[in-house]
Amino acid sequence: MNKKLLQIILATIIYIPTFFIKPESTLQISLFIISYLLVGGSILINAIRNLKHGNFLDENFLMSIATLGAFYIKAYPEAIAVMLFYQIGEFFQDYAVDKSKKSITSLMELKADQVNLKTENGIIVTNSQKIEIGSFIIIKPGERIPLDGIITEGNSYIDTSALTGETLPKEVSPGSDLLSGCINLSGLLVVQTTNTFGDSTVSKILELVENASNKKSAQEKFITKFARYYTPIVVLLGLMIVAIPTAILGLSSINTWLYRSLAFLVVSCPCALVVSIPLSFFAGIGVASKEGILIKGSNYLEALAKVETVVFDKTGTLTKGVFEVQKVVTFNDFSKSEVLEYAAYGEVHSDHPISQSLKRAYGAEIIEDRIIEVNELAGLGIIAKVDDKIITIGNMKLMNHERIDSFESSEERTIIHIGIDGIYAGYITIADELKADSKKAIESLNELGISKIVMLTGDSITSAEKIAGELGISNYHGDLMPIDKLNQLEYIMVHLNKKGKTIFVGDGINDAPVLARADIGIAMGGIGRDAAIEAADVVIMEDEPIKVAIAIKLAKRTVKIATANIILAISIKVIVLFLSALGYASLWMAVFADVGVTIIAVLNSLRILRRKRL
Amino acid sequence: MTKIYLLENLGCANCSAKMERKISKLTGVEEASVNFFSGKLLIETLIEDETRILEIEKEVAKIIRKIEPNVIMKKVK
Repeated sequence: MNKKLLQIILATIIYIPTFFIKPESTLQISLFIISYLLVGGSILINAIRNLKHGNFLDENFLMSIATLGAFYIKAYPEAIAVMLFYQIGEFFQDYAVDKSKKSITSLMELKADQVNLKTENGIIVTNSQKIEIGSFIIIKPGERIPLDGIITEGNSYIDTSALTGETLPKEVSPGSDLLSGCINLSGLLVVQTTNTFGDSTVSKILELVENASNKKSAQEKFITKFARYYTPIVVLLGLMIVAIPTAILGLSSINTWLYRSLAFLVVSCPCALVVSIPLSFFAGIGVASKEGILIKGSNYLEALAKVETVVFDKTGTLTKGVFEVQKVVTFNDFSKSEVLEYAAYGEVHSDHPISQSLKRAYGAEIIEDRIIEVNELAGLGIIAKVDDKIITIGNMKLMNHERIDSFESSEERTIIHIGIDGIYAGYITIADELKADSKKAIESLNELGISKIVMLTGDSITSAEKIAGELGISNYHGDLMPIDKLNQLEYIMVHLNKKGKTIFVGDGINDAPVLARADIGIAMGGIGRDAAIEAADVVIMEDEPIKVAIAIKLAKRTVKIATANIILAISIKVIVLFLSALGYASLWMAVFADVGVTIIAVLNSLRILRRKRL
Repeated sequence: MTKIYLLENLGCANCSAKMERKISKLTGVEEASVNFFSGKLLIETLIEDETRILEIEKEVAKIIRKIEPNVIMKKVK
């Protein structure tokens, strides 16, 4: 059994009979002293030790003075009771803090320290930290993946929920990328590693989450500041309560006032606040990471609770970002295959999803030698020389600029116009699809009281209109170049937003400046994408916009609980101080205001860990 | 540069707040934060010189010992 608990129990056993013994007899007083030393000895020792270091306002010292003072005015039962309850309170507090620490860190139990390494002499079990990039490792069913890598042999299903919050198992086969931290469910896998242990996904995520609560929220800063002035002020008030009345009324009444001032010393510890507020944020960040939402600081968690405007990037965030050619319309006697062929050739060097879709639709192999020259015009399109033809591919602006007489389509899709040697050849329509949960994400945000939702996109205004219409977003802007997105965001932050925070949600690929400029930059689909993790304040591991609403919900709950704790702790303390000054409160009440409130506040913070459906 | 340390046996939350305040005031330390729950101490510094950093570490250890003698400080990064 715990030593502290043993002391508490023994002290209680000795304490109880004192109620049945003749008051102030030698026996009773000796039992009091034994009980007191048993339960409070360590506190007295700590107090003396801290005093040597010049820490006068340390809680051990204050408790010692309060209880010794009670002895002095012959309030023996209360002297022991204060010490006893203080220790019981501390015991429960330690227990609760310890438990929450464990349940939060267990959310982060993602590391596998051991690995089955394939060597010339067979398989050996070794430490994950020793594995070099390019080694071959074996992962058995049921094992956690220790290092990032690529599957070379075997098929299996893996559970990515620890990283992404996604409960559906993912099918993997040779060539699939594996991320450390996931669990191999069914088959035996041979994997070639692509990262060292220190650089692996799981190490990076853990580091990020563990260090996140070091970036403190305004509430935490307020509490530390409050604690700094609270104790000296309360102690000073306690001294005045003895000094002033005694000076006026004379020494005869000193014991009454001394008793009242002792209560001040007992209530002077700010523990309830200093423990429970940071605990709330720590728990909030822990629960979020379990949902696949990495929040890089308590300050961001707090800001999420005050969101007024959410700005979404369209492509890859609200839509899948996978484009498909829908149809090819030709003009001036060009054939469909011709138009598609030249479009694919012209866009050959671009990685943009639209270019990829053109190449996919063309299907045949691209012969590099046919491409003479390619010039990309940002925000307009491409002018290329293929064979002996000049190919112009892009939007209407480009066609007008090149004086190509084109057909203005009213279709609500992304449209690529193609000109060949200055003659309009036709257009290709390309469409993107909404993500399954985009609509629900917008609805959930509305339910949370966030009505200012804006969509920005580099695509045409007609395609923006279509997507916005499907989602019920009334505020949208299309045809934006990266710099326009930044300007739009700044405009929104200054003019649309009143006092709340502005979030920008993007996929983290081309929008780093916008992510950085917003109050909170959220990057989506961060898993395995280092640049996005770097640039954003909040990273959503899986490609799910609904997680934005979940993060805000969680943040609101965290801040609400933290605020409740601040109000509860401060008001109970102030009330008890007031009552004791007037002589209505006993030392018993003071002990409750100290440790009782701490326990209530800690238990309240732990409610954040309860994972009800978000 | 961010230096990360692990503080084992942190006993009281108010003490870790005190440590944070005192360490922040050391010359050479731009920002310091102690997380009572993870036990992590983060120190932000502009100093690159290793010997100067060792001196700062010594002062940090002294502050910690004064406030909570049972705490063990370990370097993480």
